[in-house]
Amino acid sequence: MSYAATPGESGFCRLMKHQGMQTLGWAVGGVAILAALWLIGGYLISINPTTKTFAKFGLVPTLQAFPELWGAGKIQNALAASGFRLGAGLLIAVVIGVPIGILMGRVKWFRDFTNSPFQFVRMISPLSWMPLAVLVFATWNGSIIFLIAIAAVWPVMFATAAGLAKVDPNWFKVARNLGARPLHILTRVIMPAITFDVLSGIRLALGVAWIVLVPAEYLGVTSGLGYAIEDARETLSYNHLTAMVVTIGIIGYFLDGILVALIKRYSWHRGA
Amino acid sequence: MAIRGTEIKIQGLTHRYGSRNGVTFNRVDLISPPGESLAIIGRSGCGKSTLLHILAGILKPTEGKVLLNGTAIAQPSPRWVMMFQAPHLFPWMTVSQNVGVGLSFGRWSKAETEERVTEAIRLVELQDFAEANVQDLSGGQQQRVALARSLVMEPELLLLDEPFSALDAFTRASLQKDVRSIAKRKGFNIVFVTHDIDEAVIMGDRAVIMAGSPGNIVHELDIDLPDPRDRHDASVQALRTRLMSTFQEAANYQKPASAALAAIA
Repeated sequence: MSYAATPGESGFCRLMKHQGMQTLGWAVGGVAILAALWLIGGYLISINPTTKTFAKFGLVPTLQAFPELWGAGKIQNALAASGFRLGAGLLIAVVIGVPIGILMGRVKWFRDFTNSPFQFVRMISPLSWMPLAVLVFATWNGSIIFLIAIAAVWPVMFATAAGLAKVDPNWFKVARNLGARPLHILTRVIMPAITFDVLSGIRLALGVAWIVLVPAEYLGVTSGLGYAIEDARETLSYNHLTAMVVTIGIIGYFLDGILVALIKRYSWHRGA
Repeated sequence: MAIRGTEIKIQGLTHRYGSRNGVTFNRVDLISPPGESLAIIGRSGCGKSTLLHILAGILKPTEGKVLLNGTAIAQPSPRWVMMFQAPHLFPWMTVSQNVGVGLSFGRWSKAETEERVTEAIRLVELQDFAEANVQDLSGGQQQRVALARSLVMEPELLLLDEPFSALDAFTRASLQKDVRSIAKRKGFNIVFVTHDIDEAVIMGDRAVIMAGSPGNIVHELDIDLPDPRDRHDASVQALRTRLMSTFQEAANYQKPASAALAAIA
């Protein structure tokens, strides 16, 4: 494969363009194989009399369902409701996780004091809190946001603490030597030093929260992606169901891409 | 950038790391006049770096005090700034941001910060790298940034803890001359710890030798040489030889005590 270079373009730019095109080529190839397998699977289901009822799970009916769902505003409404819950849950996880993570990384007795209880609670499946959440919170939204927050808080907290443990203690000595007060050390040294780790923790948290969101929306709510899937299953609209599943995949991939870009933007580590 | 020097008075300074450990140094007394560049030399473990950390306010003495123009040093302050063996720059910042970081901790206007940062960068001759990330600089350039970061605070006293020991010989020689020249132009005091006799002769106005356990100042030598100093000059070589022999005398400082202990045993 060769690429025509524009006048004045350096060899480095050509190489980067070449590598970028190669990466894109592999990605498109991977998605094409997945689509082909889906197409073949759908065809095999549709020609078998015993599975013919489920033919709408196939690729073509699914793609046909997108304009219908979009036109009816179902995708937009589901995304708005789920996005709000996901955002609120993640925000709570960050607001709680980052300060506690900083304390864990900076204060040894606090780390020793909290490590065992935190590790214990972390190992409890977030969805197992579901009955308790329904009892404690007055609204379904509150319960779902709680489940997302309790799933997402651990990656943020532990990534923050691990990031702080890697911070060069000499930076604190230099900052104090130049007249920094504790607030300066927090805002000018600690936060920029650990941004990469905090964002990596948020990226992990997003993955966990996204996984928890859909089953959590099987609870009594009447909006969101989880509800839309459950509703499609009950009305036997299998192509709508798969269209919503694909939407979840696309949005999750897109959100992860945003966080990868943020990590690249705010990372000071060479080669990261 | 106008910096004034200061009179440093060290009075009866004693230090021990915790009550279970031995005394690092005992009842050290020293006076350094305004604008002096003072070298502290001595073998490892005699308490040179500890003394420097007390002068910076990073460590507290067990007994005694340090006065700068009559003000007791109790904690770090932009008036007395320490430059460490490694530059310890903030890698997420550019050269300008690193140089100005100390000013951002105080109440300086944006215009004043920019003016002082620009001048400090000019002093260490890094104008072409002002907006570069510090990770893209060589070791010598990074140490120059650390020097500019200290100078921008306009300290009365600059403390240097073997600041050039990790650098190659050429960069080290160039920085030794530059630091002395800037200090003389600006008039601030320098106190530096070194293992390098050449460094003491090139940078210092006076060298004090610490020895013993617990440590103390056992000798001192005026380095009365004109500037600029060239390490190949006969006068520099002669002073180097004198300082070396004084240093070796100091190394024998413990011998009488050791012999006495051996006799008791």
